Amino acid sequence: MTIKGFTGPDVPVYAEIKDCIRCGMCLPTCPTYRELGQEMDSPRGRIALIKAVADGRLSLDDPDFTLHMDRCLVCRNCETVCPAGVNFSHLMEDTRSQITRSAGNGRSIQERLLRFVILGQIFPYPARLRLLGGILRLYQRSGLQALVRWSGILQRLPGHLDSAEALLPQLSKDFFLPQPEEMPPPPVYPIRRVALFSGCIQSLIFADVNRATARVLAHNGCQVMAPPLQVCCGALHSHSGETDLARDLARKNLDAFAAAAVDAIIINAAGCGAMLKEYNHLLHDDPVYAARAEEFAAKVKDINEFLADLPLVPPQGRLEWTVTYQDACHLAHAQHIREAPRQVLRSIPGLELIEMVEADYCCGSAGIYNLVQPELSQEILQRKLGHVIDTHAQVVASPNPGCALQIQSGLRQKGLSMRVMHPVEILDRAYRQPAAN
Amino acid sequence: MQTATWMRELGRIFKPEDLLTSRAEMLVYEYDGTIFRELPGAVVFPRTTGQVVELVQLCRRANVPYVARGAGTGLSGGAIPAKNGLVVSFTKMNKILDIDIPNRRAVVQPGVINLDLKNALQPYGYTYAPDPSSQKVSTIGGNLAENSGGPHCFKYGVTTNHIVGLEVVLTDGQVMRTGGKASKSPGYDLTGLIVGAEGTLGLVTEITARIISLPEYTMTMLAVFDNLRKAAETVSAIIAKGYTPATLEMMDRNTIRVVEQVVKAGYPTDAEAVLLIETDGLQDGQQRVMQDISALCRSSGAREVRMATSEAERELLWRGRRGAFGSLAKLRPNVYIADGTVPRTRLPDVLDQVYAIGEKYHVTIASVFHAGDGNLHPNIMFDAQDAEETKRVFAASTEIQKVCVAAGGSITGEHGVGIEKREDMLLQFTTEELALMHRIKKALDPEGLCNPEKILPVLTGGV
Ligand SMILES: Cc1cc2nc3c(=O)[nH]c(=O)nc-3n(C[C@H](O)[C@H](O)[C@H](O)COP(=O)(O)OP(=O)(O)OC[C@H]3O[C@@H](n4cnc5c(N)ncnc54)[C@H](O)[C@@H]3O)c2cc1C
Ligand code: SF4
Ligand code: SF4
Repeated sequence: MTIKGFTGPDVPVYAEIKDCIRCGMCLPTCPTYRELGQEMDSPRGRIALIKAVADGRLSLDDPDFTLHMDRCLVCRNCETVCPAGVNFSHLMEDTRSQITRSAGNGRSIQERLLRFVILGQIFPYPARLRLLGGILRLYQRSGLQALVRWSGILQRLPGHLDSAEALLPQLSKDFFLPQPEEMPPPPVYPIRRVALFSGCIQSLIFADVNRATARVLAHNGCQVMAPPLQVCCGALHSHSGETDLARDLARKNLDAFAAAAVDAIIINAAGCGAMLKEYNHLLHDDPVYAARAEEFAAKVKDINEFLADLPLVPPQGRLEWTVTYQDACHLAHAQHIREAPRQVLRSIPGLELIEMVEADYCCGSAGIYNLVQPELSQEILQRKLGHVIDTHAQVVASPNPGCALQIQSGLRQKGLSMRVMHPVEILDRAYRQPAAN
Repeated sequence: MQTATWMRELGRIFKPEDLLTSRAEMLVYEYDGTIFRELPGAVVFPRTTGQVVELVQLCRRANVPYVARGAGTGLSGGAIPAKNGLVVSFTKMNKILDIDIPNRRAVVQPGVINLDLKNALQPYGYTYAPDPSSQKVSTIGGNLAENSGGPHCFKYGVTTNHIVGLEVVLTDGQVMRTGGKASKSPGYDLTGLIVGAEGTLGLVTEITARIISLPEYTMTMLAVFDNLRKAAETVSAIIAKGYTPATLEMMDRNTIRVVEQVVKAGYPTDAEAVLLIETDGLQDGQQRVMQDISALCRSSGAREVRMATSEAERELLWRGRRGAFGSLAKLRPNVYIADGTVPRTRLPDVLDQVYAIGEKYHVTIASVFHAGDGNLHPNIMFDAQDAEETKRVFAASTEIQKVCVAAGGSITGEHGVGIEKREDMLLQFTTEELALMHRIKKALDPEGLCNPEKILPVLTGGV
């Protein structure tokens, strides 16, 4: 095989590759290394392979290269522990972009098709997403789902249809639309004006989390609006190496939010938040959008982060719940937000927060990872579930829809009744609880 | 070597998922924590001692060199393979086999990560004492091969003091068991021979380690000095008075400044040196000991002594020490961690000489080290891409080792000789002493296939 190197746009920055001093401190925090025990599936190994391609010692099209790059969850657990400050996610996203652009890459036809349909044809278009959501909702409510699961037909079809189906969550009764009708009445004397980034998955599956977010913000003196033309944030695309699609989506969002004169842009999905905060990096050499992306990114705040910075209106109602909090990778490792959600939960009278072991270890969900790497994703999930279950909490608080789905489906398979909720939903519940005396 | 028969034979011993041979796979087993590298011909992951035995016999028949590998965090090139040789990775032999509290022993496979063992022992109120800074990552197999140390090894002893029994696959495929759970064993100390041998005398497949009960109470303080020499003299003074703190760690000015830039542990950036001192044991009387040590620090020239009064304060003081290496690593592309020991009373003089060497070679030295053990770690920051600078770094390192040996110390305290300090062995040992080591190596590994060309320099005139 001739050796093919990195070319064109999104070449991993050589100076950043060289930041890795090969100390190995990242190995045990990497879920794929923990599961597989081999260096190719560790952060250090992945960087070494990226360097080998950059140095002309390995071909970009080598199927092993694609395999080990695609096995990475981009969970960024490695970044938190790296003493040398390696910016791993940038390296990985650029590398995947290179792989995607290379016609000879080692991905299977099925996987390319899956990527094309999901990432290229569905997620960028809110209307198509809603249509698909509507069909799925019908599928669930008509009793067809029960029939299909009973028949076991999906296990006999190619691809990973059965694992995808198992992940299917209960879709929201009413999808959330970024429209004025969805917004709670503004406070009489608003102290801040904020815009809600409603997210694509969040609007279909966790519409109530969006509604809870808006109510909680209003309760804390914010006037909330949601620009109607917003689209998917592009995180799934960016992690998967579909960087050009991610850029298109980012530009659309910058346009959608351009007119909103707000103090902050609030996001309640950790994965989307991490992406939005990196729009400046994503569009850094875009002549038209670079400056606007900079301004936009600076305004993005995760809902937990935003609430913890406020003098939070203390809930009057009690919730006698035991709750364990799961640090979503894209909140803890990507945005370095760990205390804020705990602070929000602790503000609720009666609520007992129980820490789980390895709260910031990945759950294996990672965007579409659980669809393209189902076995590995399941193994990683089992480790997480063990820690979750050991807490005996009634509720698992998770700040990211992907993690919530993954953990929920794992609990369901085990026949457990633990509920998964967003911290802001729990706070909203406390606000709506009658005041304790 | 990648001939078809050889591969077929390997395939008979190992399942496909435990045997790597592709180009990409070889590229990630060519390195460890150093800047050395060499491409192996294959990598295998044994899961049983039986597989290791078959493997060693096969290598002998095929005349292929092999090297054991743990986590690959070694700092002297110990796990670097011979060209086209075989890497034997122990990461899949990672089970804790037995925790025996009444006998105070734990039996583990070599791939168990140091901290995983500690975590498993904690619920019983026990621990495994050696605590290299790499404890979250490095394996017990690697630790014993390098005879690793750490901050708590001043009081509790280094790895060799905690390994009491081994199962070793010798180079002819024989399985040798040494020591065991009993506290004494007659004859030559074969366990001691294998510990610290850097994987050159056989492959370790099972380890019996001593475990100790967790201390009831711990106290931590930071002593701040305006003079490095005084700090070093204080170390000897404390020990001479009969105190045995659990740790006696020292950091110099350059380290303090870098640490404060990166992790912000609250160390005073205008200090010339700090000592991090911790005592542990029974709560009874410990307060008084700490007060005595604190008074001693002041009378030896400390300008300030800070006692941690809460777990949070203690954590903060340690954060600086733990974050030291990482902080240094952020500043320049590479950090060379020099490593030598001296009798601790010689620390003040030797440190002076070390900084003079730094100036002579125009390299920045930042020291953070186990002062209680007299184990120096002058870290030299550099860029390995710059060949000229790299040359100066190694020259400075060699000179530092000479100084250590001249002071009655050794060229390495805990990182091992490996490839890196092979030639430097000549600084410390006579040809006769080295010839004896060669004879031991030859007796245990006549074919020279077990981690060859490490530790022992080639002697002119042969052995
Ligand atoms: C950031 C950092 C901090 C460090 N801090 C310390 C410290 O504080 N103290 C300290 O002492 N060291 C320290 N080290 C060095 C290193 O971590 C230790 O030498 C460690 O013991 C190596 O363990 P490993 O599992 O990574 O072994 P490897 O690097 O994989 O191997 C080391 C040696 O052990 C041999 N070996 C491994 N397994 C076996 C086996 N089963 N049988 C026979 N031989 C075997 C190998 O052949 C090799 O020669 C540090 C390293 C780094 C990168
Ligand atoms: S911790 Fe950072 S520097 Fe060390 S090996 Fe991992 S990525 Fe490289
Ligand atoms: S991002 Fe996550 S999966 Fe990828 S290398 Fe880092 S720790 Fe491993």
